[in-house]
Amino acid sequence: MSAVTTTAPSEGRIGLRANARHIGALVRRNALQIKQDPESMFDAVLMPVIFILLFVYVFGGAIAGKGNQEDYVNYVTPGLMAMMGINIAMAVGTGVNDDFKKGVMDRFRTMPIARSSVLLAKIVVEVGRMLIATTILLGMGFLLGMEIKTSLLDLLAAVGLSVVFGASLMWIFILLGLTMKTAQAVQGVAMLVLMPLQFGSSIFAPPTSMPGWLETFTDYNPLSNLADAARNLINGGPVAHSVWMTLAWAAGITLVTAPLAVARFRKKT
Amino acid sequence: MTRSDTNAVEVRGLVKHYGATKALDGVDLDVREGTVLGVLGPNGAGKTTLVRCLSTLIVPDAGTARVAGYDVVRQPRQLRRTIGLTGQYASVDEKLSGWENLYMIGRLLDLSRKDARRRADEMLERFSLTEAAKRPVMTYSGGMRRRLDLAASMIGRPAVLYLDEPTTGLDPRTRNEVWDEVQRMVAEGVTVLLTTQYMEEAERLAHELTVIDRGRVIAGGGVDELKAKVGGRTLRIRPVDPGHLPAMARALDDSGLTGVAGVTVVPDEGLLNVPILSDEQLTAVIGVLAARGFGIAHIDTHLPSLDEVFLAITGEKTSSAESDTIPEEVAA
Repeated sequence: MSAVTTTAPSEGRIGLRANARHIGALVRRNALQIKQDPESMFDAVLMPVIFILLFVYVFGGAIAGKGNQEDYVNYVTPGLMAMMGINIAMAVGTGVNDDFKKGVMDRFRTMPIARSSVLLAKIVVEVGRMLIATTILLGMGFLLGMEIKTSLLDLLAAVGLSVVFGASLMWIFILLGLTMKTAQAVQGVAMLVLMPLQFGSSIFAPPTSMPGWLETFTDYNPLSNLADAARNLINGGPVAHSVWMTLAWAAGITLVTAPLAVARFRKKT
Repeated sequence: MTRSDTNAVEVRGLVKHYGATKALDGVDLDVREGTVLGVLGPNGAGKTTLVRCLSTLIVPDAGTARVAGYDVVRQPRQLRRTIGLTGQYASVDEKLSGWENLYMIGRLLDLSRKDARRRADEMLERFSLTEAAKRPVMTYSGGMRRRLDLAASMIGRPAVLYLDEPTTGLDPRTRNEVWDEVQRMVAEGVTVLLTTQYMEEAERLAHELTVIDRGRVIAGGGVDELKAKVGGRTLRIRPVDPGHLPAMARALDDSGLTGVAGVTVVPDEGLLNVPILSDEQLTAVIGVLAARGFGIAHIDTHLPSLDEVFLAITGEKTSSAESDTIPEEVAA
């Protein structure tokens, strides 16, 4: 009928290469959306700047002692890396919820592509945003006097670890985004869960300064594991336990929530 | 693809419930290959639910549906290769340009980069959107969006195209543009299932009609059969002198023109309403009036509204007025 050739098998299964191509086309879509609407990058660009300034200068003196803000930079920046990842992961939920209200999702779902590719493309783009936010955060950290006490490779490992953990959290927020009715509701619930997890961790202050029950809570909080791992990778210190715990959490969260999110996406009407 | 018959779409006993609401309550219909089936019904009749079942967006509770030989429930992947869908709401990405939308769809349909680029250019040209190619879709007019939507549905050269109220909310000129495009696609051999609330649209595009209400098929057949059933068009005549109205009505009654029965006079509007079944009758009616020397100031013809069609078929008004609570599209 035409010179245009289709490379996909006719029986309907979608091969790995075709799948990668579909995800690529959808990543391009998301990237073009950002280009069209640059304000959507404000969170990734401004949040790290505002947070590091706030924490170092407002709380840094109280936590590390007046005049010791520079010590606190080395403490809080790796913690903030963990927090950035989470905040960006949260945005995925509202994004997915929003996307679903648009007709274009109907088109995707009537096309011969794996339904997971729409979600995977979203995750690829958000990981990109996470890397941008982390780069800006580290840049600010260095400006404010942070030092790498180990090696560049350890720093990259810390970045990689927070991205992996953040990506696993995205599945939870995608699931939320697909389940809740409005984007505002998604944000509300996400904040409610995240605030205690973020502040009840070793991200901002050493848990030894907290009451016993809270210290116990922070010990089991995966955000503490991630913050400790990133901190010890950059500042030196024991990393084995916190790194493995973080990876275990990331794997566990993904294994449980990713299939649920994809199933939910399939069934959504 | 070998098929034992020539139906591109075969639906048998299709049922879809939303809680207590029976959106589809046992729908049967066929669309012959290369033709247009118009599915006519008021808001909430189940039209959109039908299209969503047939395009694998929702799974029916009971019944079967085959499209291009594929079962909608058991072979959704294969089916998605052969269909295109243009809904009431433009299913393109607002933030992307028209070209980027079409290129993306080409890539999702496994075209090579080169082919996807070429096909996007081709489709923009064909749907007269080349000038707007690089602009974000959010700057497009309603008609341009709908055309882009049709172009997007045509990228994959579908065998069967679903058009769900394709001109709802468009102005008359734009509506005509969309109709022209649909007719071109049909001329190229695409099978179309069209849902609409407008008799005019159904008459213009459809070869056959199925009327549905409250999830059930209440009438079906050729457009002419259905028109004969509901009385065809009404010729509205405004004489130069309203005082002639009674005499004109008498003249037509006496003329014995077959089918010209039930001439009514609307004195308030100074109008004579003459139901007609064919263009020949129209000519004959004018001939009779002219021969008697009545001056005519204005004539037009008027198609029965959906309400009038329903009245003729069921003796009831459309259900949409009383059952606004039945969701056409049940929010998830």
